[in-house]
Amino acid sequence: MDPITRIRSRTVVMPSSNIDTDQIIPARFLTTTTREGLGAALFADWRYGAEGAPRTDFVLNHPESRGCGILVAGRNIGCGSSREHAPWALLDYGFRAVISTEIADIFRSNSLKNGLLPVVVDATTHAWLIANPGVEVEIDLPAATVRLPDGRAVPFPIEAFARYCLMNGVDELGYLLGQGDAIDAYERRAG
Amino acid sequence: MTAKTLFEKVWERHVVVPETADTPAVLYIDLHLTHEVTSPQAFSVLRARGLKVRRPDRTLVTMDHSTPTDAAQVFGGVPIALQSAALQIRQLERNCAEFGLELIGLQDDRRGIVHIIGPESGATQPGKTIVCGDSHTSTHGAFGALAFGIGTTEVGYVLATQCLLQRRPRTLAIDVTGRLPLGVSAKDLVLAIIGRIGVNGGTGHVVEYRGPAIEALSMDGRMTVCNMSIEAGARAGMVAPDATTFEYLRGRPRAPQGEAWERAVADWRGLGTDDGAAFDRTVEIDADVIEPMITYGTNPGMVAAVSGRVPERAGDAAFARALEYMGLAPGEALRDKPVQVVFIGSCTNARLSDLETAAKVLSGRKVAPGVRLLVVPGSQQIKRQAEELGYARAFIEAGAEWRESGCSMCLGMNGDTVPHGQYCLSTSNRNFEGRQGAGARTLLASPATAAATAVRGRVTDPRDFLN
Repeated sequence: MDPITRIRSRTVVMPSSNIDTDQIIPARFLTTTTREGLGAALFADWRYGAEGAPRTDFVLNHPESRGCGILVAGRNIGCGSSREHAPWALLDYGFRAVISTEIADIFRSNSLKNGLLPVVVDATTHAWLIANPGVEVEIDLPAATVRLPDGRAVPFPIEAFARYCLMNGVDELGYLLGQGDAIDAYERRAG
Repeated sequence: MTAKTLFEKVWERHVVVPETADTPAVLYIDLHLTHEVTSPQAFSVLRARGLKVRRPDRTLVTMDHSTPTDAAQVFGGVPIALQSAALQIRQLERNCAEFGLELIGLQDDRRGIVHIIGPESGATQPGKTIVCGDSHTSTHGAFGALAFGIGTTEVGYVLATQCLLQRRPRTLAIDVTGRLPLGVSAKDLVLAIIGRIGVNGGTGHVVEYRGPAIEALSMDGRMTVCNMSIEAGARAGMVAPDATTFEYLRGRPRAPQGEAWERAVADWRGLGTDDGAAFDRTVEIDADVIEPMITYGTNPGMVAAVSGRVPERAGDAAFARALEYMGLAPGEALRDKPVQVVFIGSCTNARLSDLETAAKVLSGRKVAPGVRLLVVPGSQQIKRQAEELGYARAFIEAGAEWRESGCSMCLGMNGDTVPHGQYCLSTSNRNFEGRQGAGARTLLASPATAAATAVRGRVTDPRDFLN
């Protein structure tokens, strides 16, 4: 995983609340055994019509959405299924961060493990971002802030260890493997 | 000593390294359930890094999500129709062989939906930590286990270290007073709870369901309730173990036996929440006033009584969009809405008592003309029991399709799907857009409501069929 410090990009806005992971990637695409290439299936049922043609009324198909790396979504994005294919598909498509007022637990955990930044902001900031699609914002991971076009830096919460891993491009598995002695001791104790 | 909740007791028993400001807790996992869809990429990581599975004896592997339910494909030598699913199944077989894991394979008579065979085999026990790459792992909390869904990266962590890094969640007590009326089931209760607290009402929390209405539920009913905790955003739901729990587990193959059983029960009796223990939040629900429930929208929080109407929410664009997808209008009555498909199955409602309830309604009756009723038992053992008890015959004689076990039409991964635009009354757990097939319109309800609706071909209050 590449280290992350700053993400600067224009936003795409999907204002619906409760965008579940079945929408992010429908189940029929989960019979894969790899994590590559899932961007093509991102939001498949919203993105494509019955004949497979792109739907012009869907935001990702608008020309101005091209190249946007930050998704601003309604409250409670990522609810439902634990499929890690959801962050894999978002990353493969080109998103680097998701901003909302609330992000579902498992999706947030999966996102952090793959370098997709889950960013929870206050309701006022969120409402402004929803109302102003396409603005350029900068997410500063060391400072844990989102810098808006007016220069204001809005703080967001992020778990300390997850931030350390993201900034240094390391995964948690190395850390867990380093706990081998403690795990051995636990297993002896617990029987 | 400070009073503790059930969750706190189970959590504290499994802390390998306590959390600090800089690092989450290292939490030990007693039982890791694994299936074909969310594990292949985890095994690839182990292979790439030269790692072994730390505790094959704590890893229970089966296949359920993408498996066919058609007997000819399962047992008859007919190739699996969906080629990508066949490849995924083969990959799981190869991974288990390579990493030395026992696999409950496609033709194994112990196979079934992973959240059904865990309890059925006795592997699910009070006080355990249980994880699986599947959000409905919350089911196992019905036994007083701490059980939650994880992603594939974490599946790899557990395979390699038997541990996860976790911050301690908050606690939410849902106290259910009174008693569920006749004809109202655990499914109706949990739908009513989600309707009340919302699809994000449990986010960041572990729920403990308590009170007389919960204590009165069978293990099957408690599993239905805990199963749908995730639909309220809670990763885990728990019920304190009691005599009902112990009676269910006694004698099951993976449960402790003999003296070990007595010791285990003595320990499990102490797991319940102490008097005076504090929760971060508490919600009270009155079971006495709950009716048979049904969803009308595109998430499980969009729910009303079967006797009720679609609410009106002027000016709510997301609500309007959901109703447009569902082809329903604000203020419309839900009762008598025609359906084309009825699905009785899934980790929510495909246990033996669910099938018994449905069979009682269907016995001596016929599925309405033009309606497809698909009945998919939760496990091969449940299938066999339902055949011995005559439930299967009631289904088949009514005109239903009686299948091999699996997740099937809950998420349509295996090709069991609902056609575009059709209504499916389903006993599963999610009514998301496209969940049961692109354009499918899902109405979630109980097995009794499903069976009654199959007979009439229209959404029906199951109490019409009492007696």
